[in-house]
Amino acid sequence: MRILKHLLRKEFRQIFRNKAILRVIIMLPMVQLLIIPLAADYEIKKINISIVDHDHSPYSQKLAAKIIASGYFRMNDFSPGFASSFQEFQKDHSDIILEIPRDFEKSLVRENHGGLFIAVNAINGVKASVGSVYLARIISGFNTEIRMDWLPEQRVNDFPSVGIETLNWFNPHLKYPFFMVPGILVVLVTMVGAYLCALNIVKEKEVGTIEQINVTPIKKYQFILGKLIPFWVIGIFVFSLGFFAVAMGVYRIVPQGSLLLLYGFLAVYLVALLGLGLLISTYSGTQQQAMSLAFFCMMIFLLMSGLFTPVDSMPLWAKWIARFNPVTYFIEVMRMVVLKGSGFKDIKNHFLAMTGFALVFNVWAILNYRKTS
Amino acid sequence: MKQFLLFVRKEFYHVFRDRKTLLLLFGMPIAQILLFGFALTNEIKNSKVVISDQARDEASQQIIGRIEASRSFDIERVAMNQAAVESAFKSGKIKLAIIFPANFNEDLMHHHNAKIQIIADASDPNTASTLTSYASAIIMDYQKDLLKTYSLAMNIHTDVRMIYNPELKGTTNFVPGVMALVLLLVCVLMTSVSIVREKETGTMEILLVSPFNPVLVVVAKAVPYFFLSLINLTVIIILSVTIMEMPLNGSVVLLYFESSLLILTALSLGLLISNNTDSQQTAMLISLMAMLLPTMIFTGFMFPVENMPKPLQIISNVVPSKWYYIIVKSIMIKGLGLRAIWKETVILGGMALVLLLISFKTFKTRLQ
Amino acid sequence: MSDEVVIKTEKLTKKFGDFVAANELTFEVHRGEIFGFLGANGAGKTTAMRMLCGLSIPSSGSAKIAGFDVYKQRDQIKKNIGYMSQKFSLYEDLTVLENISFFGGIYGLPDKRVREQARTLINELGLGKEADKLVGSLPLGWKQKLAFSVAIFHGPKIVFLDEPTGGVDPVTRRQFWDMIYDAASTGITVFVTTHYMDEAEYCNRISMMVDGVMKALDTPANLKKQYKAQSMDEVFFELARGAKRKAD
Repeated sequence: MRILKHLLRKEFRQIFRNKAILRVIIMLPMVQLLIIPLAADYEIKKINISIVDHDHSPYSQKLAAKIIASGYFRMNDFSPGFASSFQEFQKDHSDIILEIPRDFEKSLVRENHGGLFIAVNAINGVKASVGSVYLARIISGFNTEIRMDWLPEQRVNDFPSVGIETLNWFNPHLKYPFFMVPGILVVLVTMVGAYLCALNIVKEKEVGTIEQINVTPIKKYQFILGKLIPFWVIGIFVFSLGFFAVAMGVYRIVPQGSLLLLYGFLAVYLVALLGLGLLISTYSGTQQQAMSLAFFCMMIFLLMSGLFTPVDSMPLWAKWIARFNPVTYFIEVMRMVVLKGSGFKDIKNHFLAMTGFALVFNVWAILNYRKTS
Repeated sequence: MKQFLLFVRKEFYHVFRDRKTLLLLFGMPIAQILLFGFALTNEIKNSKVVISDQARDEASQQIIGRIEASRSFDIERVAMNQAAVESAFKSGKIKLAIIFPANFNEDLMHHHNAKIQIIADASDPNTASTLTSYASAIIMDYQKDLLKTYSLAMNIHTDVRMIYNPELKGTTNFVPGVMALVLLLVCVLMTSVSIVREKETGTMEILLVSPFNPVLVVVAKAVPYFFLSLINLTVIIILSVTIMEMPLNGSVVLLYFESSLLILTALSLGLLISNNTDSQQTAMLISLMAMLLPTMIFTGFMFPVENMPKPLQIISNVVPSKWYYIIVKSIMIKGLGLRAIWKETVILGGMALVLLLISFKTFKTRLQ
Repeated sequence: MSDEVVIKTEKLTKKFGDFVAANELTFEVHRGEIFGFLGANGAGKTTAMRMLCGLSIPSSGSAKIAGFDVYKQRDQIKKNIGYMSQKFSLYEDLTVLENISFFGGIYGLPDKRVREQARTLINELGLGKEADKLVGSLPLGWKQKLAFSVAIFHGPKIVFLDEPTGGVDPVTRRQFWDMIYDAASTGITVFVTTHYMDEAEYCNRISMMVDGVMKALDTPANLKKQYKAQSMDEVFFELARGAKRKAD
């Protein structure tokens, strides 16, 4: 144990002496945690619409006004010809073209039906479907309005109507930062932990100080613990800083569930993560190699974790990858405990999985790591 | 010139002998393309939704039938009250609950006033609002059909056409983004580390002592990564065009030209980072931590830039990959030429130039 | 130098696949002896030393270091030896004092003793003013002397030195060997590998490795007589002429 004490003292001294690294692992994550959730917003605020009006009737103008008044759309242009609108469309200045044909109002009044043509820029699939739903709602509302103008009062309620009551739980204002901040915090802590750990161990290999260690009475497990513990502490520190200062302080995210539970999971998660860093270092001879491997893993973990795109939407083979990705679990736990107040029984499986990861990574790394050749 | 080529050859050796790093260089873009192309999507699919039908009458059955037929969700019919829904949300089992109150049919047909309750787990606002709008769309459709039998006057019908991507695939959005990400990240990372490593091991001094312009030393370092990036680009393009039906409507030459601009920008950025760090570790950490997330976000292929608050939109203008992304979309998807994207090209070229100048200048002053 | 045997090997061999790096080495080293392990680069010196330190498991043969078996009691061996490698391997980003207290501590010396001994050591080395400076800022010669002192700080029975004087000026080298003599006189056995033939003269006995085989084992004086040479350089040329392996 005394050996461990000396090892830890040395490690902490080396880390805190390195001002550049400290800045990178503390400041950079905080800055990113502050900025990125503001940017990572799926909410579709303004959809640009071009309206081509061949009719120039009170109805067509009323429809246009109604569309703009809805607040969902920003009118890019209101032109008489389809060609010029299509150019705007091609330049990505507008997302939707609504074409109102000639005699729109006339055919509605005389023949009881009218047609509209809508072109949707489908490069961004989600924007397209949401945009067309919004537009459909507005047109339907417009339709009801003009109907009411023409028909006597009583007939208004003369047909069945289905009302939809939407309740949004846990995040009633649908604020995206609530969803993104916990996830991004996880990613940042992961990056710090994994990179630092892998790089640090490999650096000793490269420089040669590891030989000196190998010759001393320091046992394998003591050396490994001496490497893992400081980064474990740093991981907890970075997480706490991000959680309390940024998530709670700036974004006002109030955790619904138990902090004890969260930190308990964090503790196990870090052990797994550092084990991974250790594992990477056993496969690397140089810092550049360690970095390459770590970066590769990080990239895949990041993409397959459900941070930006939902795991449910993935095909089966990809879901398996997501299930073998420790980051997926922590992000889920964060979102569940912080936003919904989930309890231990809800995340029991996550705990189990994370313990499994911790065991596998660390045991594998230890088996690999050989002081003697 | 001959000496320069000697340096370049040495750099090529360095790069190609390190298998593990090559894995990153070539493996990552391929992995990303495959993942983005087949696994990652913004669409909401297979979400578990519970329908609690407390009415069990004709109307509710009809609507439920349509919802099930739409295959937009993974439906389970369970009788649930609100407390049960909350518990199911908390354990992550379901994302949405649709509740039909008792006497639904009667309210609908006779009182003309029926209400369906949609409860969404809004901890994930994206999924919540999308699922809600899917369900709403189906219900609204039912309403519309119901009204048809009432032969209403003044019916507007709409003809909706999806342009560029009739099947609403997300791939066309992602591929240019992946190109930007890969080129930018890999080049910055590799160059910065490569240069700093020479500093750290002391071999940089040897090079500087040779009768060779130090600037050319650095350029020689960049050359292999330039070519590797072009190869990477080619692999990405081939993969995406063949496997993912990504269109390639514009000029390939223009595409490579613009890509070279981005690569130059990235290489200069790498040099800049290496000028300001003394250890490989720091160079790597800065390259990775400072660039990974911001590049992914501000390029604009995962989240629309227009959505971001104004100050962040300004920040995104400073990110070279954002302009490259616009350029690539215009060339590959819309088939446009230089005339349409000259503005973005000038900006990208300008960034490359400015970064080159700054980085070389700092490099020179660092040498003193 | 006493009669007590601190290193005893019997046909110690190390193979890497078909390549025999060290071939059936058989020798003894006595307590307090300065034992030189000479040979060209690639001859197998480092391989042999790594086996004796417990860094590498032999392919066959036996060895006892400080009375402990090289296969079964490696942990014990490590507690009783010191080591200084080619790259010196002190932590460049720790101070002189921090390096000493770290290595002292992991060999089990109580804190108080570490502090006292460190003070003495620093004064002896003349590093009083540099005690709180980072090792990375010291000149090479001082680093080297410090590394040696750290290697024997915990009073090991044997200290292994792997090419310790590389890259240092002759005066510093001489001072370094003074330190080695001092250590030997206190009963520490010094096992040193080198390819500086003049340093061979400083050892009690030397062995010469050629192509993995121990071609000579005797005092420098006897070897010069045997090979009718004026200097160890000549002895070396005689022995190594037929060598096949050139580089490590």
